[in-house]
Amino acid sequence: MGSVASYFGQLCGGEEKKEEERHLRANDRPFNLSYNYANNAIKTSKYNIFSFLPCNLFEQFRRLANAYFLFLMLLQLIPQVSSLSWFTTAVPLILVLSMTAVKDASDDINRHKSDNQVNNRIVNVLIDGELRKEKWKNVQVGDIIKLENNQFVTADLLLLSSSEPLNLCVCVCVCVSCTADANLSLSGEVRCEPPNNRLDKFKGTLTLDGQTYSLDNDKVLLRGCTLRNTEWCFGVVVFGGPDTKLMQNSGKTTFKRTSIDHLMNVLVLCIFGFLASMCTVLAIGNGIWEVREGSVFTVFLPRDEGVNAALSSFLSFWSYVIILNTVVPISLYVSVEIIRLGNSFYIDWDRKMYYPKNDTPAQARTTTLNEELGQIKYIFSDKTGTLTQNIMTFNRCSINGKAYGEQLCLYKNYGKTERVDFSWNRLADPKFMFHDYSLVETVREGNLEAQAFFRLLALCHTVMPEEKKEGELYYQAQSPDEGALVTAARNFGFVFRSRTPETITAVEMDRSVTYELLAVLDFNNVRKRMSVIVRSPEGKVTLFCKGADTIIFERLHPSCNKLKEITIGHLNEYAGDGLRTLALAYKDLDERYLEDWKQRHHEASTAMEGREERLDELYEEIEKDLLLLGATAVEDKLQDGVPQTIEQLAKADIKIWVLTGDKQETAENIGYSCNMLREEMRDIFVVAANTAEGVKEELQNARRKMCPDSVDEPSVIKARAGLFWLQRTETVQDEKVDGDYGLVINGHSLAFALEKNLQMELLRTACMCQTVICCRVTPLQKAQVVQLVKKYKQAVTLAIGDGANDVSMIKAAHIGVGISGQEGMQAVLSSDYSFAQFRYLQRLLLVHGRWSYLRMCKFLRYFFYKNFTFTFVHFWYAFFCGFSAQTVYDEWFITLYNLVYTALPVLGLSLFDQDVNDRWSFQYPQLYTPGQLNLYFSKKAFVRCMLHSCYSSLILFFIPWAAIYDTVRDDGKDIADYQSFALLAQTCLLVVMNVQLCLDTDYWTAVNQFFVWGSLAAYFAVTFTMYSNGMFLIFTSSFPFIGTARNSLNQPNVWLTIFLTSLLCILPVVAFRFILIQLRPTINDKVRHKVRKEALPAPTPRRPPARRISTRRSGYAFSHSQGYGDLVTSRKFLQRLPLWSRQAPFTQTDSPLAQNQPQHYRTIAEEPEESQSP
Amino acid sequence: MGRTKKMVKEELANRPDNTAFTQQRLPAWQPMLSAGIVIPGFVIIGLAFIGIGVALFVTSQSIQLLELDYTGVEQTSPCFKCSDPNAKNCMCELTFSTDTLFKGPVFFYYGLSNYFQNYRSYGVSKDDDQLSGNLDNFKSPSDTCAPYEYDRNNKPFVPCGAVANSLFNDTFKLYQIVNGAKKVVPLDGKGISWWTDYNIKYRNPAVTPLKNAFNGTVKPLYWSKPAYELDPSDPANNGFINQDFLVWMRRAALPDFRKLYRRITDGDYAEGLPAGNYSLQIAYNYPVLSFEGRKKVVFSNVSWMGGKNEFLGIAYLVIGSLCVVMSVVMLIVYAKFKFPEEE
Repeated sequence: MGSVASYFGQLCGGEEKKEEERHLRANDRPFNLSYNYANNAIKTSKYNIFSFLPCNLFEQFRRLANAYFLFLMLLQLIPQVSSLSWFTTAVPLILVLSMTAVKDASDDINRHKSDNQVNNRIVNVLIDGELRKEKWKNVQVGDIIKLENNQFVTADLLLLSSSEPLNLCVCVCVCVSCTADANLSLSGEVRCEPPNNRLDKFKGTLTLDGQTYSLDNDKVLLRGCTLRNTEWCFGVVVFGGPDTKLMQNSGKTTFKRTSIDHLMNVLVLCIFGFLASMCTVLAIGNGIWEVREGSVFTVFLPRDEGVNAALSSFLSFWSYVIILNTVVPISLYVSVEIIRLGNSFYIDWDRKMYYPKNDTPAQARTTTLNEELGQIKYIFSDKTGTLTQNIMTFNRCSINGKAYGEQLCLYKNYGKTERVDFSWNRLADPKFMFHDYSLVETVREGNLEAQAFFRLLALCHTVMPEEKKEGELYYQAQSPDEGALVTAARNFGFVFRSRTPETITAVEMDRSVTYELLAVLDFNNVRKRMSVIVRSPEGKVTLFCKGADTIIFERLHPSCNKLKEITIGHLNEYAGDGLRTLALAYKDLDERYLEDWKQRHHEASTAMEGREERLDELYEEIEKDLLLLGATAVEDKLQDGVPQTIEQLAKADIKIWVLTGDKQETAENIGYSCNMLREEMRDIFVVAANTAEGVKEELQNARRKMCPDSVDEPSVIKARAGLFWLQRTETVQDEKVDGDYGLVINGHSLAFALEKNLQMELLRTACMCQTVICCRVTPLQKAQVVQLVKKYKQAVTLAIGDGANDVSMIKAAHIGVGISGQEGMQAVLSSDYSFAQFRYLQRLLLVHGRWSYLRMCKFLRYFFYKNFTFTFVHFWYAFFCGFSAQTVYDEWFITLYNLVYTALPVLGLSLFDQDVNDRWSFQYPQLYTPGQLNLYFSKKAFVRCMLHSCYSSLILFFIPWAAIYDTVRDDGKDIADYQSFALLAQTCLLVVMNVQLCLDTDYWTAVNQFFVWGSLAAYFAVTFTMYSNGMFLIFTSSFPFIGTARNSLNQPNVWLTIFLTSLLCILPVVAFRFILIQLRPTINDKVRHKVRKEALPAPTPRRPPARRISTRRSGYAFSHSQGYGDLVTSRKFLQRLPLWSRQAPFTQTDSPLAQNQPQHYRTIAEEPEESQSP
Repeated sequence: MGRTKKMVKEELANRPDNTAFTQQRLPAWQPMLSAGIVIPGFVIIGLAFIGIGVALFVTSQSIQLLELDYTGVEQTSPCFKCSDPNAKNCMCELTFSTDTLFKGPVFFYYGLSNYFQNYRSYGVSKDDDQLSGNLDNFKSPSDTCAPYEYDRNNKPFVPCGAVANSLFNDTFKLYQIVNGAKKVVPLDGKGISWWTDYNIKYRNPAVTPLKNAFNGTVKPLYWSKPAYELDPSDPANNGFINQDFLVWMRRAALPDFRKLYRRITDGDYAEGLPAGNYSLQIAYNYPVLSFEGRKKVVFSNVSWMGGKNEFLGIAYLVIGSLCVVMSVVMLIVYAKFKFPEEE
């Protein structure tokens, strides 16, 4: 048996031998082929035509439920044991197997198709010194291929050369030998690591002409990417097909399961145990009966030879295993899958989660997690691109004490004022928007301060211009803030046009002016400002400085005091709106002083020791007595509806943690602007210590402040869970806190806090706070935070993000959500759900998630109830039939009960039911909380189901029993016979099940009605058909119940019994529920009660956002930590490509939209990679 | 115009359809368990139940029933002598009297208790194909008939199986004692089985005379006569469509059961059994004492709701009253605890 299994395992899976090191020669096929490396053909499909049936069946029978039913079927073939005909198990099993097989087959056909499509893509391969078109699947390891712009990367390539000159310092040496397209011949030898799934690592060496070069991750192009912004490039194939990092990754995704899944597995196990104990009871009963009654009843029923009471009891155990098998629901898994699939489709179909701007509908990429969406307790969100659009807009400014710009309205009601028309400026950026005409007029009138203001913005920055066509300017800015400011200056007539290391050329009000760039006093995190010193054509030397207001204000000339006061007022207002501000100042310099200063600067910058300090001192010296020009306010544009969404989710008792790679100020600022941090919070703790002790102390202090009597040791509930209770779980209890607090923790501290001895401290403190913001977080830390909460809170987590750095957390969380249509696709590809806007999250959770959870729980409760009740009746009957494993119902009824008679109504329930509609769901986000607490389906609910079933089955057996006891038809003939009793019992059962379903249904659509009535009608139709003369005459031995329906269903007392049984099952439930609603109404009951009174929820009064004036000004408009002044003044940039966006040409985006958007900049803080030496 | 429309369409190619189904806005009826429905509902159901209960109970009370145990366990019983398993062809006589007219039509049942006709291996021990007259199954009965498939000489039993083998074989004769003389009460044995059993489910093979069909077979072990000679008085009442056989073959659901033996519908007794003394002559053949079974005869008449069964009437009455009580309880709860309207 074992060997058979392993044989199948090999047939269907397959193992490969391990590779130690990869060794290949470029362009040397015979050499490379000798290693038998996989070529570039991929195979994601599992089956072929011949292997499908055996492999698929093998796969399916590896599922416990299916294997169990196969075992049952075999059991039924033993005549001594068989209490039911084989078809009662075979028909459902075959149906379930074939449904799954059809689904698997269609999936596999799709995979075959996509494999074929991918394998037959064409790529240029260098063979024998010329480029030939080859199919992807024929590409071999070691081939050199040429990729063109927008082509998919064929395999994992070692990049040799590309059209972008400086782009690749990669293999300059190689480039020398392959400058042109043609006649390339190369004999490099590559040794590198064997195929693995780490996307961020690559180690290898290249030997060329006797020289060895080391290769790392920067020098490979991975399959799955697309070549962008690069006309062509050459690469040598290192890993092909199945060995590529993409393929190595795709197979090993961990399969996410919902908590209901886990619970279901446990329950099924419990049910097995329960089944065994029921069968044991009945087997013992059979033993006793055999001794007391059976042994003397042998006159009419002689025993089989050699069967004594003990053996008979043993046999009856197995017979009852067969009969009572319906407690283990075979169709449960199939039904659950169908329900989840249906509810996933609703997500795909939802127009309210469709984003028309880039034509992106929401997508449920995983169809097995729906109900978990209704149980989310923690959301971990990325910031950039998720909460914000990653678009900076120049929004307001204060020039010389006068404020310009529309007062920011958080609800984006820009309709009121007209967009300023910039058509007078032919170099203006058409996408720029501004809403205060007076500023344009001021500038055009020739207001000197205003002109100086924009001149400063046009000159003081490290932006790179790009002008591919005359008048079409593109700015490549290191931070989007800078880009926004320079663009603003451009539109107001001060166009930054080009730069050389020594000059900056700007077009000032249609007049081209070239400034001499004398020095760049670069930005860094400590200085929080940057300055440039320029000489105008007139010879005037000016220092322009922009920086954080506090810093600038310290360095102002006393004459600016009054202006400073006014400007501070404006700045407070801007900060209150969550804008990122900068103060601008200038200073005219004396030529002689400058000469002196430059001399010292030169000395300092070439000094071997203390260079930094000396430079800082010099900068400090010159940046003083500045004259204030004004202030800018840049809006880090939130996505639409973010504050409202966060407010709604908070009302639903979901905690939101922001995990961002941004610096602390930016993150805090966003925290304020999207309402997560609020002025009225009691306190906002900032943990920014640099030692483990410091972090611990800060965390503890914060905790004590929130809850003075909190004990040192967390209260941990230890429990066991999972299959066989093998899993140990520890749950940290929530601690009660009065008032709202916020916690901000930076990356350094987080690294300490995530260590084993501090993580509990972190978790406790963080969970006491309303809002947690972690900044400067690495992707790995993001995942660790998620893991921490998952592990010790036993709560359902959701991670939402848009970029590659969110992938780890998306995979770690129970549910990963990707924001689609924005940046790369990595986040979406590894997510379970994707949509275009953060605000759709509330619909996903509060509507779809809640409904899915509600439906799934209703379904499970009803399903278990239905099957238990069905089965328990057999149990009671056992006491009246000598424990002989006599079924109560007709065998056909047993076969069709789950498949036909009760399948559709419950599906209707679980696909259409809703307690209140979506608008009310939004109106009362509190409706979400039962899901978080697992209220609708848990072990307790399961036990309640069983007790309810027990009651119902008692009624369903004993009422018909008492009603037909010793009775006869109205013509004196028999009606207390077995067949009539079976018919009566099964009819009662089916009626009760349908009525119970009606009672559970809150939302009666026409489909539900049709299913319920249809099922009842089908039952009677099928029953009368099967009990008809015709069926008996054709299949005599299969339909022995002939005539039973006709003979008993025309009796009034039969119908009175059915009526009585149904009402007796239902009425107590109705009364119980009614009283429960009165005594302990749930939130659902209250809302539903309200719904009855008011057809539609009163529209929420749109509260205008409270104006805030804030002195807190953390977000100054530099989102980077280190400037690139050096670069600007060096000659390197002349080679056109910005070094900092090294990865930019290879974005993994398939959306053409990405190109229309303003440039994105991300700083992906990666783990420091160990440098490797060859 | 058309072009812009088309362009818009193309741009929004992925927009989901706006149908009530996909947007989950299907029109629906959303009933609730509100006090206005539940409490009056309970009252109405309660009253209706009481009404039905009274009707059922009164009807049931009006049904006359007479039960006579003739197992012969007690020494005083006239059938005590027959209870000895060695007694052969034992006859005993039971007397009883009625004070009032036992209204007709009177049905005459025999009843067995502690008899497990619903035991699984007993119940499956028959061959439906054979019983529907399939001659192939005469020669080789289905193996479900075990252990009554073949006799020791490997000849097939027809009808095979435990159910047929255990056919009830006590016979009864009823006399009214008029002035000390026995007057036979005619018993009608026709049409006591289900129409479908008689006409469809059980059929004799189309062989005349019927006896020939049974060539090469043996009668069931406990039978005194072969199937084709079950009723010598009526040739049509033989084989598998013998009424007593049919009644027996419809096996009971519970271990205590009664089966229709005869109807009293003819002659002087069409109106019922007049008050007086009666004597029941029993040919005591069927052994039940070995498994502590009991045998009885039952005389009963029927109503629209069938035979006498007080359970339904009482159950309806009790549940109806409970409903009314419950509605009062719910009313009190509702009045007192009605959940507050505010948020």
